[in-house]
Amino acid sequence: MLTATDIGQIESFRPKRFAQRYGVDPLLTLFVLVTALYGLIILYSASGQSLSMVIRQGAHVIVGLGVMAILSQVRRDIIVYVTPFIFAFAILLLIAVLVIGVGAKGAQRWLDLPGLPRFQPSELMKLALPAMVTWWLTRRKLPPTISQLAIAALLIVIPVALIAKQPDLGTSIIIAGSGFFVIFLAGISWRLLAILGGLGVASLPVLWMVMRDYQRTRVLTLLDPQSDPLGAGWNTIQAMTALGSGGMFGKGYAAGTQAQLKFLPESHTDFIVAVIGEEMGFVGISVLLILYALILGRCLVLTMRAQGHFGRLLSGSVTLTFFVYVFVNLGMVSGVLPVVGVPLPLISYGGTSIVSLLIGFGLIMAMQRTKRVLSGES
Amino acid sequence: MELSTGVREKHLIQNRVMVAAIGGACLLILLVIRLIWLQLIETERFQTASEANRLQTLPVSPARGLIVDRNGLILAENRPNLQLLLVPEEVDDIDLMVSEVRSRIEFTDGDAERFAKNLKSRRRPRDPVVVKDDLSETEAALIAVDLFQFPGLQIEARPTRFYPYGGLTAHSLGYVGRLSLNELQAIEESRYAGTETIGKSGVEKAYEDALLGQVGVERVETSARGQIMRSVDRDDPVPGADIPLHLDIGLTAKLYEALGDRRGAIVAMDPKTGGVLGLASAPTYDANAFIGGISQAEYAALQVNQDTPLFNRALRGQYPPGSTIKPMLGLVGLHYGAVTWEKEISDRGFFQLSGDDHKYRDWKKWGHGRVNIEKAVIESCDTYFYEMAVRLGIDQMSEGMQWFGFGRRQGRDIQGDLPGILPSREWKRQARNQSWYLGETVISGIGQGFWVTTPLQLAAATTAMARRGNFIEPHFSVLEDVDAGAPVPLGDSMDWERMIDAMEDVLHGERGTARGAARGLNYRIAGKTGTVQVVGIAQEEEYKAEEIEERLRDHALFVGFAPADSPSIVLALVIENGGSGGTTAAPVARQIFDYWVLERNEGERAPDTAYVSTMNQQVLRYVNADSN
Repeated sequence: MLTATDIGQIESFRPKRFAQRYGVDPLLTLFVLVTALYGLIILYSASGQSLSMVIRQGAHVIVGLGVMAILSQVRRDIIVYVTPFIFAFAILLLIAVLVIGVGAKGAQRWLDLPGLPRFQPSELMKLALPAMVTWWLTRRKLPPTISQLAIAALLIVIPVALIAKQPDLGTSIIIAGSGFFVIFLAGISWRLLAILGGLGVASLPVLWMVMRDYQRTRVLTLLDPQSDPLGAGWNTIQAMTALGSGGMFGKGYAAGTQAQLKFLPESHTDFIVAVIGEEMGFVGISVLLILYALILGRCLVLTMRAQGHFGRLLSGSVTLTFFVYVFVNLGMVSGVLPVVGVPLPLISYGGTSIVSLLIGFGLIMAMQRTKRVLSGES
Repeated sequence: MELSTGVREKHLIQNRVMVAAIGGACLLILLVIRLIWLQLIETERFQTASEANRLQTLPVSPARGLIVDRNGLILAENRPNLQLLLVPEEVDDIDLMVSEVRSRIEFTDGDAERFAKNLKSRRRPRDPVVVKDDLSETEAALIAVDLFQFPGLQIEARPTRFYPYGGLTAHSLGYVGRLSLNELQAIEESRYAGTETIGKSGVEKAYEDALLGQVGVERVETSARGQIMRSVDRDDPVPGADIPLHLDIGLTAKLYEALGDRRGAIVAMDPKTGGVLGLASAPTYDANAFIGGISQAEYAALQVNQDTPLFNRALRGQYPPGSTIKPMLGLVGLHYGAVTWEKEISDRGFFQLSGDDHKYRDWKKWGHGRVNIEKAVIESCDTYFYEMAVRLGIDQMSEGMQWFGFGRRQGRDIQGDLPGILPSREWKRQARNQSWYLGETVISGIGQGFWVTTPLQLAAATTAMARRGNFIEPHFSVLEDVDAGAPVPLGDSMDWERMIDAMEDVLHGERGTARGAARGLNYRIAGKTGTVQVVGIAQEEEYKAEEIEERLRDHALFVGFAPADSPSIVLALVIENGGSGGTTAAPVARQIFDYWVLERNEGERAPDTAYVSTMNQQVLRYVNADSN
């Protein structure tokens, strides 16, 4: 049957908004574009003035924007229809990574298939998992029942476990989060949530047991970076030093001694925000935070406008996941969260990350699009 | 119904989105607070940390002062030396690194051994260790090309001490060497921040403080890998002061030439200042070999060499003075009234203490006949001095002789000299816990028995003779010159002149013991010969039978000055196992006096470089002969 608003829109046949008509949301696109440009400027300094790196990253952004635009045109019901297949495919790829994957530093995260560029299947799962949980929960009435939740939990645990086994703790936690957000938004009762929270805290010692040594060291180092200033604490200390020494206005573009003299590790990837902080100071970081706030705000607005429960849940989950990326990265660099290897969205160098983020925005845009022909669902 | 359910569900989701948005906003605020704390409140702390990261203060070593001879010729200088260095803390596999070096440049077993030794010796953390010294430009280039592959390896042109005259100056200048553990504890560490060497002996040690200079400081910006990016600022080091010596390198070469391949020592002094004009201890060694660390084999060869080239005979060789002290002892006897100028004795070739059968023999079997003090000096009559010694007694003898500097170190800027022994009751009680016997007084009268002196002491004592009763402490540098020496309160100037006349007759008189050396002299030399018995080199007897005889022969000594009336040079020399002082030592002295008084002219003060190089080859031959 039809909801009231759906009927109204069909009747008028004039979507009120550009985005609802053409898919691409101009404001979100603008914010994303400005942020990505800001990222390119920072990258030039952070990479040690490597123009070729900036050009490559620019190409990633363009490809990502293209994919976003295409995805925003896809009909919602098609997305709903393909979700289980994509999820199953992503699970297969994750298993393949564990069997024939390649990697470095003791972690096996990449799949190097002939004829395809190297890629991380976990990136696909970042969107496939929340979509799958959404798909599952929206088959029935909301809020979900306990048995529905149990299945949903299983849908989350399997891919998370596969990714954690690579091992990639940061990604697995974030993916678990994106699945959890769907459950949360779907209206899980607060009481149940409290119980689950309690269980979660209780299971922390178990998590500690299964963590690898270097992961434990990272957690311990967070508690006291000075305990191993040249080893595990190095990254945190140097990043905090870079941020702190930037002060209000920073040391000037491309003049950060921590970054340029290579005291700062991973300065063009995970720790790039420390370069902003050192060279452009608190002001530079504030600009970044404002840009993120604009993106998140716009995503929230689009989530509110999303069509159907599937659309709302998926949009909300993608938005929250984006927020988690920002928060975890900034928290890690400023020394309040352990070093987990999460890139700063839209800024850190790396094609996979930026393309998968823009795919997410493409999904959000697709979800709020009204259709001339009403689909049967919801 | 379905419609309202859908609306309710939509609102449920939207509510949850709002809750999440508020939660997210709170977290973002926390993050902002954290950033404010880091960037706006604790800024200064992190700025300090960042500067400390970036800037390193490096010491800049000052150039060590030069040592120059009396004519301004450089005796010790700093030569640029391309060194291959390694910081052990930065290298994981040192053996691998060495084999990489070996595959590129010549790296001998000796080099490897030296490097191993350098590596083992204690040093300050992160001080580089020399892998190979004295790289050629080509070798440096071969390594430099691949240097980036080898963190911890570096090539540096570091000034290294160089002694252009090698063996000629080794025993006077000493040498510099790597700071040892003991020295590290004794020095003021900040002054040596940029310096890894220290004066180990000789003038280098005596003037360490002045030669060292003041360390400079350079602040450099470094990358996280410690690579120096640029210099921020720099306080230049102050080079060490140059030390001018009394030493005359031309004369020194002459001393070694006159000694030839004999073992012995010569000290030449300027009687006007007390400055050491020349010092030779033969055989000698090349101090340059010690600079970069000498190999174990080379060092062992120098040490086991039975001619002991490392041993400084001039400062540390303790020889009985023998008859060389007779003029001084005569003045002591006159002063205390044990003898007079007029007193004569009848010498039958020996002396006996009353109530004792033992005969203290004169060197001349049948005696000198009637002998007064002048004749006793000229002919070196032992019997006269035996008798005088008994009359004088050991107490007055040692009291008088200490005015000439015997029995103590010479001090000033002389490093490492030994005090010798001036025998006395006091000394014997302390050193041996025994009382003094009269027989020991007798043989002390001819400079034997317990009495031992260094050639330096003999030179200083003879200088006091040349200065007509004024003792001046010997010293190397002009910086130690003093206005006046210490008067020797023995007799009056007539006594001194008469004794010096007797010393002239040692050479110029018809019966002088050194008359053979004075043939054809057209200037006057005052001198005294000495021939002393060697008290066994027992341990070598059974091994080197053919050498026993040579090694048991008497030491030949000579002291003197010229020209006698206004002396410009004082000499004291010892030729080990040289036989008689008159026939062996005096002619050596004559050559040196001739050089100084007659041959030396203003234009030719530097020794012939060809001679210096053959000298040093001789030194090397010592090393090689024994290491083979």
